Amino acid sequence: MGNYSFMIRIANAQGFWGDSLEAPIEQLRGGPIDYLTLDYLAEVTMSILQKQFARDPLAGYARDFPQMIERGAKEIVERGVKVVANAGGVNPETCGAAVGAALGRAGYKGRLKIGVVTGDNILSRLDDLMARGIELRNMDTGEALESIQSRVRSANVYLGAFPIAEALGAGAQIVVTGRCSDVALSLGPSIHEFGWKRDDWDLLAAGVVGGHVVECGAQATGGNCQVDWETIPDLAGIGYPILEAEPDGRFAITKHPDTGGRVTVAGVTEQLVYEIGDPRAYITPDVIADFTTIQLEQVGKDRVRFWGVQGRPATEFYKVSISYSAGFKAAGTMTYGWPDAVKKARAADRILRTRLERLGLKFAAIHSEYVGANACHGDLLSGEPSPDIAEVTLRVGVRGDDAAAVERFTREIAPLALNGPPVVTYPSGGKPKVEEVVAYWPALIPKSEVTARVTVKEG
Amino acid sequence: MARVQLREIAHARSGDKGDCSNIGLIALRPEHYEVMVREVTAERVKEHFRELCRGRVERFELPNLHALNFLLYEALDGGGTVSLRTDAQGKTFSAALLRMKIEI
Repeated sequence: MGNYSFMIRIANAQGFWGDSLEAPIEQLRGGPIDYLTLDYLAEVTMSILQKQFARDPLAGYARDFPQMIERGAKEIVERGVKVVANAGGVNPETCGAAVGAALGRAGYKGRLKIGVVTGDNILSRLDDLMARGIELRNMDTGEALESIQSRVRSANVYLGAFPIAEALGAGAQIVVTGRCSDVALSLGPSIHEFGWKRDDWDLLAAGVVGGHVVECGAQATGGNCQVDWETIPDLAGIGYPILEAEPDGRFAITKHPDTGGRVTVAGVTEQLVYEIGDPRAYITPDVIADFTTIQLEQVGKDRVRFWGVQGRPATEFYKVSISYSAGFKAAGTMTYGWPDAVKKARAADRILRTRLERLGLKFAAIHSEYVGANACHGDLLSGEPSPDIAEVTLRVGVRGDDAAAVERFTREIAPLALNGPPVVTYPSGGKPKVEEVVAYWPALIPKSEVTARVTVKEG
Repeated sequence: MARVQLREIAHARSGDKGDCSNIGLIALRPEHYEVMVREVTAERVKEHFRELCRGRVERFELPNLHALNFLLYEALDGGGTVSLRTDAQGKTFSAALLRMKIEI
């Protein structure tokens, strides 16, 4: 295991809300860990939670989380495992209370302290901020927020790791946050345990890199890995990643013994380059990490060691993720069979579009693709499909501001079964569903405008 | 010199930020990195993805990881939640890049 003076084991068990329900329990039971971290919040999740909260003031958080705490309560309480999760969504206080209730149901009422981090939610402050000249311009396009302000659904600041460390320092064993940077969930514990300071740039950057490797769960341990994927053992029982952090910023990535998957330099490197921009400037609320300084090496089976990471001072801004309503969309499918499956599907697409036009329906976009032939890579890369393929699925999507037009579109798919090209079948379950489109507006806010609040209470 | 598909010397993973796709391209062996640097330019990636990417392509080098990172702007039909595509987040763009023909 190496000659470590002091090391903490931080286990990630959730890469997004919808990831494995078993992974947290397996991380708790599979071997020794000090921390369990769970990332529930994708961008789309916040707008869904905000909608739930608007209907019910006791909703708006990841309900999976208290259920997971109830299932894992014995290990968490009796082995002293600390848990950090951004499960709070837009209602962290209620999530914290639900965690307390879950512990009570498991027979551990009042046994440990629960910390809650708030202050990320600025939805109710948008008017005030704008009035004081905080423009919240779109980082990508430069547009002013006024153009979409009436359609805003949620607005949350990505907080950093120090509020989590503060909650742990005040004795919290379970920390629930709203929106924070994904890497904060594992960086917070290192700051707390090792006493890293706000200007320990290299140490914080190392924590960011470690957090980035584990934040997407099993993508670090052989999941979705392109190198020799067929030989990766037991993906059905894949182990989720464990970050072994050390006070000097070195760390290792591993997983519990006797679990499936594989931890290799190739696999963790795929994760290192996943969803990054300029590698010299991976910007987080706490530090700018330089990914071109990362050194790593395979030091044993399922163990990759990292060192050398450098960082630079953090910026004066937090990133804000604003979601807003941007119209409606729907997509429908029909499957065409051999022979000439693609030719039939293309004919059906032309017929459908002609009918939509004759109905006078206007859309911002219509998109057709042929699943099985070119849906993911387009015609240019996929080449001309063979007339002998067994079947292809025509998938047509429309998007627009007019909900009625999108609704009308959904009634034009099924008739093709009887009144279009032959050898056709279609999914059961009726017409496609019309969905509201939620778009994202990334912006910056001066750090001086945001105050993270930490409360720690008996569970 | 031989003309091969990029997948012979590299592997990749792709993700999204808004309407921008990122493709991290990693050499299968350290000696392949220089070939990638020479052959897989931003201009060639833009040309390769011209049907899917409406904006520019930017390239960054990570010699320490024997990797290149590409940002493809306006490549996701408006972004993950807006897009009408099956692959709304460009998750398969990694493999699409590996189809590129290069000289080794």
